[in-house]
Amino acid sequence: MKEFKGSQNYVASEELLRAANIAMVLEKPLLIKGEPGTGKTMLAEAIAQALGKNLIIWNIKSTTKAQDGLYVYDVVQRLYDSQFGGQGVDDIEKYVRLGKLGEAFTAEEQVILLIDEIDKADLEFPNDLLWELDRMEFHIPETGCTVKASHRPVVIITSNAEKELPDAFLRRCVFHYIEFPDKELMADIVRVHYPDIQEKLLTQVLEAFYKIRSLPQIKKKPSTSEIIDWIQALQHGGVDVGRIVKEVPYLGVLLKKNEDIDMLRRTWR
Amino acid sequence: MFEDFLYLLRSRGLKVSLTEWMALVQALHENLHQASFTGFYHLCRCLLVKSEADFDAFDRAFLDYFQEVDFQQEVSQELLNWLDRPNAPMGEYDEQQAELNESLSTLEIETMFQERKNEQREQHNCGNYWVGTHGMSIFGNMGLSPVGIRVGGQSQSRRAFRVAGERRYRDFRHDNTLDIRQLQVALRRLRQFSGLVDLPPSEFDVDSTIQDTANSAGLLKVRYKKPRQNTVKVLLLMDSGGSMEHYAQLCSALFQAVTRAGYFKELKIFYFHNCPYTRLYRDPTLNPNNAVPVSWLLSNLTPEYKLIFVGDAQMSPHEIFDPFPSPREGEPASGVDCLRRLRERYRHAVWLNPSDRPEWGGEWTESYDAIEGLFPMYPLTVEGIETGMKKLLAR
Repeated sequence: MKEFKGSQNYVASEELLRAANIAMVLEKPLLIKGEPGTGKTMLAEAIAQALGKNLIIWNIKSTTKAQDGLYVYDVVQRLYDSQFGGQGVDDIEKYVRLGKLGEAFTAEEQVILLIDEIDKADLEFPNDLLWELDRMEFHIPETGCTVKASHRPVVIITSNAEKELPDAFLRRCVFHYIEFPDKELMADIVRVHYPDIQEKLLTQVLEAFYKIRSLPQIKKKPSTSEIIDWIQALQHGGVDVGRIVKEVPYLGVLLKKNEDIDMLRRTWR
Repeated sequence: MFEDFLYLLRSRGLKVSLTEWMALVQALHENLHQASFTGFYHLCRCLLVKSEADFDAFDRAFLDYFQEVDFQQEVSQELLNWLDRPNAPMGEYDEQQAELNESLSTLEIETMFQERKNEQREQHNCGNYWVGTHGMSIFGNMGLSPVGIRVGGQSQSRRAFRVAGERRYRDFRHDNTLDIRQLQVALRRLRQFSGLVDLPPSEFDVDSTIQDTANSAGLLKVRYKKPRQNTVKVLLLMDSGGSMEHYAQLCSALFQAVTRAGYFKELKIFYFHNCPYTRLYRDPTLNPNNAVPVSWLLSNLTPEYKLIFVGDAQMSPHEIFDPFPSPREGEPASGVDCLRRLRERYRHAVWLNPSDRPEWGGEWTESYDAIEGLFPMYPLTVEGIETGMKKLLAR
């Protein structure tokens, strides 16, 4: 099996690489937690790209049910077809559509399956998927056939810790917590996005950014995606490098809460 | 092997099961730790620990258990000492050597490194062969080679003990005090869907209606389901002023989390100072024009309310035990009497306390203990609130 070593567009810490490889070798789902904006979703894309595999994304919402990921039996369509004399109403298989999980199982070659923000769904959601993720197969009673993965997909699950995940589910996962990157790693990440950024600008930006993050009164700390946007704003606006730490221009890009902005304007020196 | 480690982790409150342990054994078998101690540490952590809140406990258990173990350091200390010269002058850049270095594969470099480690007997710098600094060699630090292995210098000590010893995850522990978001998550535990409660099915169920209609070949079948809403009613009583000023920020966070959630069927908030007597106040300034008699509360709010007290329970005993001068008929006769009446009426009640039991001033401990005797008391932390909420839901 190929090893994941980070990609051109994604800078990963050594620990994260290790966790990703452990999960792939042990054929267990990789559960990724971390502050918002630390690149949890990006990881799956990077792995898919690095290993040259297709990526299937299953976005979880509060209304998503486990069944949706397996298959949907479109009874309404079948009813319509039967009333208006459509062709092949007898063929139930025509009305069974596979969900994302089903898609990943039936793929011709191994794919990467990203189950994004699993904590958004109902509390029972992860429990409903235990068997399917363990065995990589499920049964469709309507047609009587069993969908079984011929190539076990690499499963990556992200969570924002809004709800606690059940123990039985956790037990089957390899867990990794993405820490907020330190200055050095952040500099690498920024360079990936802006390869020709001036060193001077970068140092100033990082200094201001980590100073803001260290303020205890900040309610919503700025994250990686915000620093990327901020640099773009600074470059676009042609701001004088010397002013960055002193004045923090385009503050609205970094801080998203009014109270935070007011607080910073009052206390910044 | 080291099964004791499993039991040590379990005794430290980490819920490691056999499934995870077997996975670890399998992973070691497959050499996923790459025969290094740091690798082993990471492997253990990502297989055995399932929450960043437990990282700190894991780190400490790991340190305690493996500190005694004599392990082979990847690079000898002697070599590291040679390499520790960050301010030395730079060697010369050699284009040819750079190209040669770039053509090497990772595996080749790795093998060469193992060889050098065994051959090298002294310090070599600015060169292109030995492990050294500031040179064209593919090993060492501060060098000029475009590829290679960094040995020593900055970021040398990513060794497991160092990582574990840093205790970087202390802040994630559950017994830390918290921000609003965490509070909201903790409060979500306080839910009881009416699916559990007996209610008539009154909500139109689109999915089942379609399914059943289709199943009976187009003959309309209307289906209803039980509405799903949180039926929990909360009565929140907060201590305000005096010694509570110290926890103002924490209490305001809790207040915002409770109100913003819009999550409970009903939410009543009242304030008091130190101990509720005959009246409770509707605002934290304790404005007497906006007060409610406790007796009104007791007769009007049904016992299904979950009662949450927030206060430090620290006051002089006379504030709680002294009888009121002339109690009216049916009203509480003292602070402690008032608390007792509330306790008797609302069977599901907890007291969340932002401070610890006072270690000083014997009198204050007396009132603290009296209150703790009446209400189950929990610290105002994520863990404390979670346990408290479970207590409130227990039947």
